[in-house]
Amino acid sequence: MQIGFELNGKQQTLEFEPRETLAEVLRGRCRLTGVKISCEAQVCGSCTVLVDGLPVSACTLLAYEVRGKRVTTIEGVADETGRLHPLQQAFLDNFSFQCGFCTPGMILAAKSLLDENSKATDAEIVAHMNGNLCRCTGYLPILKAIRQAAAEMRGQK
Amino acid sequence: MKPIGEFQIVNHSVPRGDGIPKVTGGAIYTSDMVLEHMAWAKILRSPFARAKILSIDVSQAKSQPDVIDVLTGGDLHGLHPYYGHGVKDHPLIAIGQVRFVGEPVAAVIAETELAAQEALGKIAVEYQEMKAILDVDTAMAEGTPRIHETDFADGSFRGFDDFPGAAGNICQAVHVGWGDVDAALASAAHIAEGEFYFPMVYAYAMEPYVAIADFDAKGHLTVYSSAQHPFMVRHDVAHVFGLPLNSVRVIVPYIGGGYGSKSYTKIEPLVAACSWKAGRPVKLRLSVEEAFLTTRGDDARVRIRTATDSNGNLVARQATIHLNTGAYAENSPMVCRKAANRIVGPYRIPNVKIDCFAVYTNTVPASSYRGLGGAQVTFPGESQMDELAEMAGCDPLQFRLKNLAQSGESIHPGMRPIDADIPGDIREAARMLNMDRPLVPGHGRSVCCSASDAGAHPVTLAMVQVYADGAVSVLSGSTEIGQGSHTVLTQIAAEEMGVPLEKVRLIGSDTAVTLFERSTGASRTTTLMGRAVLEACREAIAQITVMAEEVFAAPREKLVEERGGLRCGQTYMTWAQILEAYFKMEGCSIVGRAYLRKAGDLTLIPVFWEIGVVGVEIALDEETGKISLDSLVTIGDVGLAIHPAMTEGQDLGAATMGLGAGLFEELIYDGQQLMNGSMLEYRVPRFSDLASHVDMKLVQNRDGVGPYGAKGGGEGAVNPISPCIANALYRATGVRTRTLPLTPERVWKALQEKKKRQVL
Repeated sequence: MQIGFELNGKQQTLEFEPRETLAEVLRGRCRLTGVKISCEAQVCGSCTVLVDGLPVSACTLLAYEVRGKRVTTIEGVADETGRLHPLQQAFLDNFSFQCGFCTPGMILAAKSLLDENSKATDAEIVAHMNGNLCRCTGYLPILKAIRQAAAEMRGQK
Repeated sequence: MKPIGEFQIVNHSVPRGDGIPKVTGGAIYTSDMVLEHMAWAKILRSPFARAKILSIDVSQAKSQPDVIDVLTGGDLHGLHPYYGHGVKDHPLIAIGQVRFVGEPVAAVIAETELAAQEALGKIAVEYQEMKAILDVDTAMAEGTPRIHETDFADGSFRGFDDFPGAAGNICQAVHVGWGDVDAALASAAHIAEGEFYFPMVYAYAMEPYVAIADFDAKGHLTVYSSAQHPFMVRHDVAHVFGLPLNSVRVIVPYIGGGYGSKSYTKIEPLVAACSWKAGRPVKLRLSVEEAFLTTRGDDARVRIRTATDSNGNLVARQATIHLNTGAYAENSPMVCRKAANRIVGPYRIPNVKIDCFAVYTNTVPASSYRGLGGAQVTFPGESQMDELAEMAGCDPLQFRLKNLAQSGESIHPGMRPIDADIPGDIREAARMLNMDRPLVPGHGRSVCCSASDAGAHPVTLAMVQVYADGAVSVLSGSTEIGQGSHTVLTQIAAEEMGVPLEKVRLIGSDTAVTLFERSTGASRTTTLMGRAVLEACREAIAQITVMAEEVFAAPREKLVEERGGLRCGQTYMTWAQILEAYFKMEGCSIVGRAYLRKAGDLTLIPVFWEIGVVGVEIALDEETGKISLDSLVTIGDVGLAIHPAMTEGQDLGAATMGLGAGLFEELIYDGQQLMNGSMLEYRVPRFSDLASHVDMKLVQNRDGVGPYGAKGGGEGAVNPISPCIANALYRATGVRTRTLPLTPERVWKALQEKKKRQVL
């Protein structure tokens, strides 16, 4: 089947099998390997991408579902000049990752929250991020990064 | 020694070297790699825990579209198919029999992963099921058949001197002791006695096991793997195929988590055999469900007695530890040795007798898990310290302080004396936790500690390349598993060579390029590889200094080292300028190297004592039995933190991993079947489990043998956290729990039982 959608700001038309998941299409056909595969059961959040700004697990979403929609992966988070998004910079500043395998999903999940509500409280951040697992950091450095990015994004508005 | 304030790059929280790739999606992990002409493998796994394989019919599978070949245990002619660094008991694929549910029985190699997956269903295997041996008591009982009918050769990298095996299904027995425990117990004033259970846990590295193997036309093998120990993988794979070491090249790209679960050899021999059979590069990536069936931590039953005299001095500890090691030895012989050593704790105990057994069962093979036996035995050890303190009428903190070994004091005869200030550490933890503040109902606090003989066997080789344009490369065979070692090693090189951090590049693990490093584990990298990098820099500087005599036309004694180069009178030249002047050509580089081994101040084992100190305040919901953390404090007694922020990150990460085993994590078998081997059913710590208050502190007494007095961290905090929670629960409720994890159900039941007893 042939499907058109917007991928990281560019219109795409892709040919793929109906059974292919969004993660398979993005990783295999588009080589966007920042989409990470771990639990394959919507538990860990490592495959999180944004569809029309909302976080979804690409591992279990059939790719044709994104027809006509806007898909953002970690590769599309920095601006065109390569300038990092405030969340990416905040993750660097706060050492919010170790192995880095959960990081793309973490940043995208956090982005969906802060794009909607840059005044999110800690409780709101924790509730929103609870579907993203990290086995390395113990979460606090990620929380700190999201707070920092939220403050910067508020300032930009 | 350079004072702590004078470091330019070391001891500063510089940006991570792998930061940009990891926040932009640019970091390529093995799971992301694709080679030209690459085929895919999928594995058919045993449905039985113990069975003979009577026949395997692969003919139908082979004729499926896009299937290239099928590998079974019958195809391994000419290979040495059993591997294992400790005991060579592990066939790369089942040969004639299976020993656990999930053991690989056949591998389909196909053009696509889907074609391989679909062909698995076309393989017909005839089994003759045998009675499975599923627990340690059955395994050790007289008359129980052996899980391994033959004795196996020692692997070459046991890393310690105990002989393998004993009899029957005992994979490893280790005995530690001194003094006269029986006499001490007979005259003791107080004896705490109990049986404890630490659960079977799964490390859940988020990137499941994955490897690509590529036999080229010259017969050289390249393996890309998400592996912590590339040199161990090289050793095992070279042995399987009878290849010289330089014919096997193991390359480790970015790794998605390890925590011990990716130490030593895992799927690499199987993937290499697939490539050997198919004549193609082959990639095998396991699902998380398959990773659950590949390695787990040893669960441990510990029967332990600890005794004091009437003054509250520890007089004896005696323990019998049974580790459920699963179907193959993996690294459990080492876990057995370490559990036996580590159960003594950081205390001065004059009479000790420990008997530790790693026992084969027909379950998933157990191996390294962060802390290597430490978490399993610190739970009973530190629980019992609180029990004894109460018997002796002491405050638990004061009781620990009375019995803790001081810096320089020996706790294990013949081993390195304690190189840390543990009494100071726990005092500080207690202060940070506000131990004296009144508790609200349902809350309890505790501070616990551990000392682990860390660093493993010290053989660590490193190179630095110093370029005539001022650049420096560090070539290190120690893998970056997220702990930040690649950043730390470049910091050390930049500090020593006097160049900006941006000029230093880390060339990571590639066994064809980087020199031998035994392993990346036991928290050794900063201490051993860090020191090797420092010494390699000094050796490069020594070489350049000899060249400088010619360049400056001056004798050695006229040359004075000044940050980044040499001064001779009014003239200063950087190392790079000296190199260019010496070779009279741009683009040159020289190599400095260091070879560390068990000699000099690295003769005494352990390389360093890794200290774990944590404090918690728990909040218990008595209606549901749910425990949450109000406060968590950690102390990192690390000698010198090369990178303070990442060092604290290790403490928090280790404490959080320990929290998982303390509160939620447990693999559950029902008969021969693992019941909860998926992330839908296996509960690891989440964002919402984060403590409300977290306070971390680093203690930097520069008392280690590593660079600038550094010691390792990263596994300490995993050990004391579960007894800390259990002790805090006791102080909140009077309920003593000796089985982990402390799930709401378990805690609630214990509370009800206590209420019932009170009514009676």
